[in-house]
Amino acid sequence: MADRITRADVEHVAQLARLALSETEIVSLTKELGAILDHAAQVSALDTHDVPPTAHPLPIANVFRADEVRPCLPRDEVLAAAPVAQEQRFRVPRILGEEP
Amino acid sequence: MAADVRAGTRSAREVLDEYFDAITDREPEVHAFNVVLSEEAREAAAAVDAAVARGDDPGPLAGVPIALKDNMCTRGIPTTCSSRILDGWRPPYDATVVQRLRAAGAIVVGKTNLDEFAMGSSTENSAFGPTRNPHDLSRVPGGSSGGSAAAVAAGFAPLALGSDTGGSIRQPAALCGVVGVKPTYGVVSRYGLVAFASSLDQIGPFATTVEDAALLLEVIGGHDPLDSTSIARPAPDLLSGLGDGVSGLRVGIVDEMTEIEGIEPGVRDAVRAAGAGLEAAGAKVDTVSVPSATYGISAYYLIAPAEASSNLARYDGVRYGLRVDADDVAHMNAATRESGFGPEVKRRIMLGTYALSAGYYDAYYGQAQRVRTLILRDFERVYEQFDALLAATSPTVAFELGAKTADPLAMYLCDVCTVPANLSGHPAMSVPFGTGEAGLPVGVQVLAPTLGEPTMFRVAGAIEAAGGRTPR
Repeated sequence: MADRITRADVEHVAQLARLALSETEIVSLTKELGAILDHAAQVSALDTHDVPPTAHPLPIANVFRADEVRPCLPRDEVLAAAPVAQEQRFRVPRILGEEP
Repeated sequence: MAADVRAGTRSAREVLDEYFDAITDREPEVHAFNVVLSEEAREAAAAVDAAVARGDDPGPLAGVPIALKDNMCTRGIPTTCSSRILDGWRPPYDATVVQRLRAAGAIVVGKTNLDEFAMGSSTENSAFGPTRNPHDLSRVPGGSSGGSAAAVAAGFAPLALGSDTGGSIRQPAALCGVVGVKPTYGVVSRYGLVAFASSLDQIGPFATTVEDAALLLEVIGGHDPLDSTSIARPAPDLLSGLGDGVSGLRVGIVDEMTEIEGIEPGVRDAVRAAGAGLEAAGAKVDTVSVPSATYGISAYYLIAPAEASSNLARYDGVRYGLRVDADDVAHMNAATRESGFGPEVKRRIMLGTYALSAGYYDAYYGQAQRVRTLILRDFERVYEQFDALLAATSPTVAFELGAKTADPLAMYLCDVCTVPANLSGHPAMSVPFGTGEAGLPVGVQVLAPTLGEPTMFRVAGAIEAAGGRTPR
């Protein structure tokens, strides 16, 4: 199948995945993802209409714990790992159109 | 070694110095480590020696050096996943396995190189350059836990930990000629393991012998309330049954994971010879078909990237690691991720995002999950007739650096024999058995049903004995 993935698909998915891909990457990924998906599409050869999906190897449901106050990670240490922190918060560039 | 240190006949410091000599000697050419923790290791060894001097028992791994794959969190020590995006990050906590190792008296000697975020089969996808195979420096050590496998093979540490999502412990163990174990999903806590594909990831041991691997798994295994997918049971009891032999055990050689296209004759012969060795030791060996295993790779390369695309969304330049500035937050996210991730990680994020996107979800991810059910059912059916299974670990011996970097699909096919056990959650391990092409090590894979580790280790022990290797 030649056109399983188009350039427009790659640009759209890159947007969803928050990756500012370069022109070279867009070209090579269009080709590579197509080849990988052609192989992966072998799974569609199997008849699975009455087979339930498996998301996880263990038959576990929700795991609960007692609702007790326990020590958590020290805030200063966690914030120290951030690229920019200010007033005990993570600082990010503007989100909407407002002035910083 | 641990027995000598506990008895005080050998100091942890002496043991450590011996391994550091090996590191000084060969690490420059092998590049197994992202960081060697000389000072921290010497302090830990001194603490073990002090405990022995006081008459305390420092634990079952007293003074035993161990190398950790650099995707396991170590408090205050950089944890990079061999990625630029975690540049400068020092975790504020230890992974559960790290806590258990320290409590058992083990000495962490360094953090080992990996394919970025454990995505790869050769350790060439590292932001810090490839690791080389200690048996032949022109070849890869396998991956993604290539640094850990190479560290044990080169004698930098007698033990190491890796993580296995699609074969990332077993395949490098096979290529480097050491023992590598992927336990049953949920036996070892994933708390503090940087997530790649959460329903597949499992931490496990590397060692030079089956017995050492068993000891290490006993130390790191067992329930952990900090991992909600951890099985509510104590660590498996492996050492006590290790000498029981395989008499009467039913072992099946899996056709679809041995008689496959592209497998080297040397590898296929090794699996057959291991089967013959088990038969001679009293096991009943037969061939068996697991038809859906053929679809393992296709299902895996949809499920794993899908989970990865979600897990790696956290690297957004906000809370840790790299940030590339931009005018608004969406552009900052995209610029940071573009700059911080390497080509293979981007490829998998793209693949996974596509497989999960509107219009394609059911055809790709949904179908892959249903195929996962078929694989699980097939193995469960086979385990009604067999106590353990035998297969190749890797279809080939270690390949040359650069041989597969231009063709992502060719690299993915390295995992054809290992991914089924990740999809099913069952335990599997690789045991060195003879040599193949170019005199390089070959690994034979032993598989067992859920929590079948005791049987799996007995079979592995018998293969090790049949291979004529003398433990230590």
